Amino acid sequence: MAGENGAEGGSGLSIHPMDQFIVKPLFGDGPVGMFTVTNVTLWLALAVGCVALLMVIATRGRNIVPSRGQSVAELAYGFIYKMVEDVSGRDGLKYFPYIMTLFLFIVFANFLGLIPMSFTTTSHIAVTAVLALAVFLTVMVLGFVKNGAAFLGLFWVSSAPLALRPVLAIIELISFFVRPVSHSIRLAGNIMAGHAVLKVFAGFAAVTAVAPLAIIGMVGVYALEVLVAFIQAYVFTILTCVYLKDALHPGH
Amino acid sequence: MEGDIANMGQFIGAGLAAIGSGAAAIGVGHVAGNFLSGALRNPSAAAAQTATLFIGIAFAEALGIFSFLVALLLMFAV
Repeated sequence: MAGENGAEGGSGLSIHPMDQFIVKPLFGDGPVGMFTVTNVTLWLALAVGCVALLMVIATRGRNIVPSRGQSVAELAYGFIYKMVEDVSGRDGLKYFPYIMTLFLFIVFANFLGLIPMSFTTTSHIAVTAVLALAVFLTVMVLGFVKNGAAFLGLFWVSSAPLALRPVLAIIELISFFVRPVSHSIRLAGNIMAGHAVLKVFAGFAAVTAVAPLAIIGMVGVYALEVLVAFIQAYVFTILTCVYLKDALHPGH
Repeated sequence: MEGDIANMGQFIGAGLAAIGSGAAAIGVGHVAGNFLSGALRNPSAAAAQTATLFIGIAFAEALGIFSFLVALLLMFAV
């Protein structure tokens, strides 16, 4: 089914664009169980390791004049701090560590996925859904703990005409519960689509007649993917901030 | 030509679902274009609205990604 996508090479060279997303056990060929160490495990661990490397090892010196690693870490810290402050307000800063963790993890998982022959963990909805569900549950629990029943004011648009409010309540309710879906699929879909496009171009590169064009195209798409990897991490984080603002200050 | 009618429907459906990606592209272009036309009128206010720009783009794009997902599901999962 749809296997002829990347098989233009003839001569037995066939690259299926979705093959790069297959979850395989790291050791041996056994079935993938709950606790099997797979390539996903490896690259998730590498992403966490890179975050630790940047935020712990690189900033260890605490120099007044920062080293290269330290200035990157400081830049990231300042960037996210300002974002949380701008979008969620000052009382959102209490949740800054969580948002910083999310951003760094996603940005490193995305960038590690761009290394050729690596595995892109964020292209799997299983990974992003956990991140999005964690945000969703945090927002829900936080909203009810902070505001009690007043959190339901999020669905009751008090500025609208009275006759319109039940209709708007239904729309708001649907849009609230679709949030974890769109939040996770946006990240996974963008990353997966980009990597699949790269593989399709790679399949074209096997045909001698169009190879130079395909390679130029790949360079362009790769540059775009570097941009997308950062922007999607940014978008995920900023939407987390927006949802957090809803939890802290419901009502319109 | 071989294969059954269900396969054909699958491919046609996936192709139709891909139209949604184009529609999302229109939406994203609309957001970015309107941001730019506003930003050029009042450049000093533009920097503060970049976050809003990205949120708007993200919302417009999400639905396109949904249609992409439907196409993928039709191709590989059904």
